[in-house]
Amino acid sequence: MTARQSSLLGWAALVTLGLAAPFLVYPVFAMNVLCLALFASAFNLLLGYGGLLSFGHAAFLGSAAYVTGWAVRAWGFPTELAVLTGTALAALLGLVFGSLAIRRAGIYFAMITLGFAQMIYFLVVQMPWTGGEDGLQGIPRGRALGFVPLNQPTTMYYFVFIAFLGGFWLIHRTIHSPFGHVLRAIRENEPRALSLGYDVSRYKLLVFVLSAALSGLAGSLKAVVLQFASLSDVHWHRSGEVVLMTLLGGMGTVLGPSVGALVVVTLENYLADAGSWVTVITGSVFVVSVLSFRRGIVGEVRTLVRRAFIGGKG
Amino acid sequence: MQAIFGQLLVGLINGSFYALLSLGLAIIFGLLGVVNFAHGALYMVGAFAAWMLLTMFGIGYFPALLLAPAIVGVIGVVLERLLLRRLYGLDPLYGLLLTFGLTLIAEGLFHQAYGNSGQSYPVPELLRGGFQLGFMYLPLYRAWVVGVSLVVCAASWFVIEKTKLGAYLRAGTENPKLLQAFGVNVPVMFTITYGFGVALAAFAGVMAAPVYGVTPLMGSSVIMVVFAVVVIGGMGSIAGSIFTGIGVGLVEGLTRYLYPEASAVVVFVLMAIVLLVRPAGLFGRER
Repeated sequence: MTARQSSLLGWAALVTLGLAAPFLVYPVFAMNVLCLALFASAFNLLLGYGGLLSFGHAAFLGSAAYVTGWAVRAWGFPTELAVLTGTALAALLGLVFGSLAIRRAGIYFAMITLGFAQMIYFLVVQMPWTGGEDGLQGIPRGRALGFVPLNQPTTMYYFVFIAFLGGFWLIHRTIHSPFGHVLRAIRENEPRALSLGYDVSRYKLLVFVLSAALSGLAGSLKAVVLQFASLSDVHWHRSGEVVLMTLLGGMGTVLGPSVGALVVVTLENYLADAGSWVTVITGSVFVVSVLSFRRGIVGEVRTLVRRAFIGGKG
Repeated sequence: MQAIFGQLLVGLINGSFYALLSLGLAIIFGLLGVVNFAHGALYMVGAFAAWMLLTMFGIGYFPALLLAPAIVGVIGVVLERLLLRRLYGLDPLYGLLLTFGLTLIAEGLFHQAYGNSGQSYPVPELLRGGFQLGFMYLPLYRAWVVGVSLVVCAASWFVIEKTKLGAYLRAGTENPKLLQAFGVNVPVMFTITYGFGVALAAFAGVMAAPVYGVTPLMGSSVIMVVFAVVVIGGMGSIAGSIFTGIGVGLVEGLTRYLYPEASAVVVFVLMAIVLLVRPAGLFGRER
C-alpha cells in the first residue's frame, strides 16, 4: 500500500465515521467532540509542527464564540456569516498576539500567550455585552445558506461536520505542503533554517495566525451548537485542556489531537457530577502523560505498527 | 490624597509578593531549566498550611511563618526527587506541562475540600493597629509585610551573589556538568534549589493570608501576573526580578487609582510594551 493509498483510506474511514456519528451517539456530544477536535488540531499545527507552545489558545476559541454569538443574536447575521466573523476576529487577534509573542522563544512564548489570554479573560469579564458570569445565552442557531434550518440536531451536526472537514483538510494540506516542511525545519533547528535564508519570523507568524483562525472557527461553531458562550471558554483551564488533548492523543500526528479530544470530552462527560475531582483527574492525566506517555495514543500506536511491519526498528 | 497612597501601599504589598515569587521562579529556572507553573499552587498551599496549623493545632502566625515554608519545601523536595528529575534533558516545555498538571491537582483537591469561598486568617495580635503618618494611615501589618519581604529578597540576593553557596548556584546555572566535574553534588543542589524556591513561595503565601484570606484559587490568579513580571524583567538577574516585581505592583496600584477598570490588565499591557521596545526583558539576556 503506498502512502497515497493509505492516506485516501484514512480519509474514507474518517468521513464514513463522521457521517454515521449522529446515528451512533448523542448528536450534541458528537458536535462538541468535533469542535474540540478541530480546536486541538489547530493547536497541534502550532505545537506539533511549529514547535511553539501556546498556553493561551482559549483566547481565540472564546473570543470567537462570543463574537459569533453576538453577531447572530444582536446583529441578526446569518449563521455562516457570523461564524466567519468570529473566525476573522480570532485571526486578527492571532496576528496581534502572534507578532508580539514570536519575539521571544521557548518557555517565554508560553508565558506571553498565557498573559495575553488572561487579558482577554479580564476584558470579557468586564465588557457589558458579554453577560459577565452568566455568559452570552440564548444564541439562535438560525438557518444555513438562508433556508436550511439548523434547529434540527442532525442538520446542525452535518453543518458542523462539513466545517470540521474543511478545517481539518486545510491543516492536513498545510502540514504536507512545502510550508509545512519549512515549519518542521524551523522546529528542529531554527538557526539552520535561518541560515538557509528562510524568514523564520514570517513562518512562525503565519502558522500562529492560521492556528488562531482555526481555533476561532472551532469556537464559533461551538457557540452556535451549544447556543451560548461562557467564561469557561476564555478561561486558562480551557487553554490547558487543549494542551492535554494534543499531548494525550499524540503531538505532531495528524489524527492524534482528534483522538485526544474524543477521550477528554468523554471523560468529562462521565465525570460531569464529580465536581472538582474532574480537575484533579485532569491534572493526574497530565502528569502521567508527561512522565511516561509523551508520544500520545496515536504516536504509541504508530510506533507499535511500525515495529510490527519493519521488524524491531521503531 | 489618602486614596492614592492607599492604592500605592496595596501595590507595594502585591509587588513584594510578586518579587518573592518571581525570585523563586528565576532561581529554579536558572538552575533546573524548569518553569515552575506550580509556584502559584504552592503559594496557595503555603497559605493553607498556615491556616491549618492555626485552626487544627493552634499554632500561631510567627511559628507558621517558618513551619509552612518548611512543609512546602519538603513537598517540593519530594516532587523534585520523584517527578521533575525524570524530565531533565528533555524539552523544557515538559517541565512546564508537568507542573501545570500538579497545579490542577492541588487546586482541585483544595477546591473540593474548601469550595470557592475564602477562609479568613486573623492578623496576629502583635501586628495589629497602625500609624497615622499625616498623609495616610499605615496599618502595622502591611508595613510588616513590605519590610519583611524586602529583607528576605535582599538576603536571597546576598546569599546568591556574595556567598560561596551562591557561587555554586551561579556556576551550576552556567554549566552544571563542569561544576559536577569539580566534585560538587549537582543533583542534590537541584533538589535543594527547588525546595528553597517553593519555600519562598509558601513564605509569600503565609504573609498574604491575613491580607487576602486563604482561597484555593489564590495561586493561579497570582501566577499569571508573576509570569508577566518574569517576561517584563527577564530571568537573567536576581536583583532585576526583585525590582520588576515591586515596580509592577506599584504600577498596578497607580492604575487602580487612576483608572480602576484597567487594573487587572495593565500588567499584560506593560508586557506587550516591553516586548515591543525591549524583547529580551528589562534585565534580561537571551539564553
